[in-house]
Amino acid sequence: MNAVSAVAAPFDVERVRADFPILAQQVNGHPLVYLDSAASGQRPLAVLRAVERYETHYHSNVHRGVHTLSQAATEAFEGARERARRFLNARSTREIVFVRGATEGINLVAQSFARSRFAPGDEILITGLEHHANIVPWQMVCEQSGCTLKVAPIDRRGEVDLGRLLELLTARTRLVAVAHVSNALGTVVPVKRIIEAAHSSGALVLIDGAQAVPHSAVDVRELGCDFYAFSGHKLYGPTGIGVLYGREELLEEMPPWQGGGDMIRTVSFEKSTYNELPWKFEAGTPNISGAVGLAAAMDYLEGLGVEAVAAHEQRLLALATAELERMPGIEIIGTAAHKAAVLSFTLRGCHPHDLGTILDSEGVAIRTGHHCAMPVMTFFDIPATARASFGCYNTEADVRALVAALGKAREVFG
Amino acid sequence: MDLKDLYRDVILDHNRRPRNFGALTGADAQADGHNPLCGDRLTVWVRLEGERIADIRFEGKGCAISTASASLMTEAVKGKDKAAIQALYEQVHTLLTHQEATADASLGKLAALAGVSEFPARVKCATLCWHTLNAALERGADAVTTE
Repeated sequence: MNAVSAVAAPFDVERVRADFPILAQQVNGHPLVYLDSAASGQRPLAVLRAVERYETHYHSNVHRGVHTLSQAATEAFEGARERARRFLNARSTREIVFVRGATEGINLVAQSFARSRFAPGDEILITGLEHHANIVPWQMVCEQSGCTLKVAPIDRRGEVDLGRLLELLTARTRLVAVAHVSNALGTVVPVKRIIEAAHSSGALVLIDGAQAVPHSAVDVRELGCDFYAFSGHKLYGPTGIGVLYGREELLEEMPPWQGGGDMIRTVSFEKSTYNELPWKFEAGTPNISGAVGLAAAMDYLEGLGVEAVAAHEQRLLALATAELERMPGIEIIGTAAHKAAVLSFTLRGCHPHDLGTILDSEGVAIRTGHHCAMPVMTFFDIPATARASFGCYNTEADVRALVAALGKAREVFG
Repeated sequence: MDLKDLYRDVILDHNRRPRNFGALTGADAQADGHNPLCGDRLTVWVRLEGERIADIRFEGKGCAISTASASLMTEAVKGKDKAAIQALYEQVHTLLTHQEATADASLGKLAALAGVSEFPARVKCATLCWHTLNAALERGADAVTTE
């Protein structure tokens, strides 16, 4: 499969854009300016073609048939698992569980790992910048097991207060669950330091990597985390597929969380025995085409070079930040020293929802709202922000279109 | 779709200077409204004389459409009875959701909301205040949401 476009340095964004047919369209009479990749990235042709080839040539159920299509589908599905293992540099494919997305991965750990072994007196530690997907599953575990949720605060720049986090990390802390990159603010969290501190204190660590994997190479062994979850669609792959990485010895001792086909070895009415890793956690027919598309997305991103993409996005972020800082009435929310390609802001006198409508009328797609991070909004005492986020296909012209559309919003609400 | 149709001068004016804004002392009923999608929140207070709204005020944080709609609503319903308010709401709802709908003269300034029908994602912003008023009239202090 030749999913990789060789892109010579310097980063040739026009060649990248040619790989994304969806970008070449008009929206409301203007060329589409897609600045919402933090919500969902677009898919390159390599992904679309891999999925199409699967659907038109060898779709079948996996792990079940002796016929040719089933074997081809199984090979592709398990090949995608090996691709994901390499992507994360995990030790073994036994540590790669396919899930619907980061949300399901976190819920799996919450229900299979935390729920049965945490008790009153135990603590789960998260931070003030988490997405709801890394808050609510732990609140559910706390209700179910009687353990307590602790929150390490953030500061006005949107950085995790590491000092407070270390204070909250005690012998009672069983698990630290933290985002690698904040979806609402763009903050890159120093997870390696947090992992080291948590481990010295005897706690395990789950990293919500949904916003990190499109912007940085992730090596779970180098990080030393115990669990790492991410979604395919933020990575230029399909929706409905994601990966939960878990250290093998932890996954081994965890009970299945859903029962059904594929996750069993034998079933009788008296007792069933479970399949081995990782299939123990994959009840039911999985998202095969999604896994095929995800593998193609990983090929694509690594073909561009994750570091080259990140450097390109950082140039756009710096340009957009400088432009917006110059605009009267704009306040940038989230000014951490290290940020991924996410720019959250407000415009005085113009609610983010109105801003979103005005920008859309100019063809500029941004996200507005609380970004599933309501505690972050509460911390900054705002109902919502407008958020522009950048991907491998964005250009300086996109930044200029954003700035021009913001000018229009200021005219309307001036 | 035309932005000028959505953000008409009346809308921008009522957003900038909302009428009947701030708590109503001596209210008989109040309700809180919340649109979880965009975070809009508002409170509506009413003072009743029988079936008639003698006074109404609101307060809240929201987008221009939500704020202007609430402001226009308070002006429109003051002095009306529940049956007339229900009839008015049905007219407004038709205006917000049907692009071909034309504003009846009886709508008065509420006709400025006609542009919302071109922006389906924004209909909930404009209806939040009406749902909240309805809750205040029907159920007293219970909160409502548009979800």
